[in-house]
Amino acid sequence: MDELKEVMIANDEIRTDEYLINMGPQHPSTHGVLRLLVQLEGEIVHNVQPHIGYIHSGIEKMAESLSYPQLGHLTDRMDYLSAIQNTEAVALCVENALQVEVPERVKYIRTIMAELSRLASHQLWWCVMGMDMGALTTFFYGLRDREDILDIFEETCGARLTLNYNIPGGVMFDIYPNFQRDVKAFIKKFKTKLPEYERLLSGNVIFTERTKGVAYLSKEDAIAWGVTGPTARASGFECDLRKHRPYSAYDKVQFKEILSDVGDTYTRYQVRMAEMWESISIIEQLIDNIPEGDFALKMKGVVKLPEGEFYQRVETARGEFGVFIVSDGKKNPYRVKFRSPGFSNLFAINHIAKGWKIADLVAIMSTFDLVIPDIDR
Amino acid sequence: MKAIYNYIKEILQGIWTLITGMRVTAKYFFTPWKHVTQQYPENRETLKIAERFRGEVIMPHNENNEHKCTGCGICEINCPNGSIEIITKTLVNEEGKKKRAIDQHIYHLGMCTFCNLCIKACPTGAIVMDQTFEHAVWDRTLLTKVLNKPGSKIMEGVKE
Ligand code: SF4
Ligand code: SF4
Repeated sequence: MDELKEVMIANDEIRTDEYLINMGPQHPSTHGVLRLLVQLEGEIVHNVQPHIGYIHSGIEKMAESLSYPQLGHLTDRMDYLSAIQNTEAVALCVENALQVEVPERVKYIRTIMAELSRLASHQLWWCVMGMDMGALTTFFYGLRDREDILDIFEETCGARLTLNYNIPGGVMFDIYPNFQRDVKAFIKKFKTKLPEYERLLSGNVIFTERTKGVAYLSKEDAIAWGVTGPTARASGFECDLRKHRPYSAYDKVQFKEILSDVGDTYTRYQVRMAEMWESISIIEQLIDNIPEGDFALKMKGVVKLPEGEFYQRVETARGEFGVFIVSDGKKNPYRVKFRSPGFSNLFAINHIAKGWKIADLVAIMSTFDLVIPDIDR
Repeated sequence: MKAIYNYIKEILQGIWTLITGMRVTAKYFFTPWKHVTQQYPENRETLKIAERFRGEVIMPHNENNEHKCTGCGICEINCPNGSIEIITKTLVNEEGKKKRAIDQHIYHLGMCTFCNLCIKACPTGAIVMDQTFEHAVWDRTLLTKVLNKPGSKIMEGVKE
């Protein structure tokens, strides 16, 4: 075949040329306004250049004019699927800077809510992954179960997506009286639904053929590109901050860090599926033991951080989210920098998508679980 | 021979995985009454909204058209995006003492992000969240509201 091609090229009968196509900014599988400039030869991807900034919101600059309690509500809007963890990072950072210790109850509530939010995020990722690969059915199953979690959020703090639940010093509202009952009911139900997910998609021959053995990311590359979260753990990089740098109540629970050293698209899928079981187990360990106490510390009306630099990172559903605050002792931060997992993960795509087909690129993007405001912030 | 055997086995296995998935779909297809979505606009009467749902900032008034707002402006400072404007006036009582009171508590629903910070900050609990959620209007100026009702005054005994 190749010989024939060469002969034809030599005779000027066919010309092979690289060409560029724009995937996005309005493309259903980029999950938002992300533009990928893809260099193709036929169907083969030679280069992927992400162009970002279409919905840049200048959150870091905006943060300089906000007070610390107001800061959290902006991070809700970055990675909206990990809103709980983002606000938790800001709250922990401010608490560390002030050197205050929140009550045990707050730690438990924060951890349970964070795991619920991780479940909700992974559910959405699962159903969108199916949809990207052409299986629209999964979309409805995932959203159906996510609804239960959002209802719990709504009862607890009055919002479904931009929750603004963790505030410096505690949480915005105490849990509602039936919280434990509802969460347990959800867990019980979801445990029967998760095997259904597996039956629907995990074994499906079309799905496995398109994902198994596709687009390897090695551990070294994952580290070199700053990839974190389930994406990196599928390549064997131990980076689960809940395990290695426990915060909130993660030091009180037993759970496995899901690791695999294969690193292909299918493994990234499996790691996230397994993480859902771990999240369930974390919630089960905590839900009956929420200690009594205050749900928030009494904070001063105006929170002023001491002069200095403060950094706090947490594990969101996508990877490591970091908040870096430079304070000059006033009530507004001097400078804020967010380290968002999506931004670092995105730029590894070019590296691993090279040489694969354009249809694989869609699957790769799905397993990276990109949220665009997280990248553009 | 082996190759043909494997080939056929692969095909059959593939079909089996598809059937497994289809079985799940079929289960829901034949029991639709168990798994229906909400029929939203029709079920308005029976719709249950969470008690804490953050739909809109309101200022409750009692039957004498009195509220608890002192006009201190703390909510205005705490709002991250300037959705609240406080306009105060000065009242002079019988003894000639001057007192600050709220003239207009202006709330821009169109800018509000429902973060709950103003409600948490208000020292007298004068504002609360309402559970309304159908906010669509024809003209966006309608989204700017004055929360204290005309002619209203502050309740007896509410202090800053
Ligand atoms: S609503 Fe509350 S915080 Fe706002 S001005 Fe009135 S009393 Fe002060
Ligand atoms: S809920 Fe938040 S955004 Fe809305 S008026 Fe209150 S402080 Fe401002």
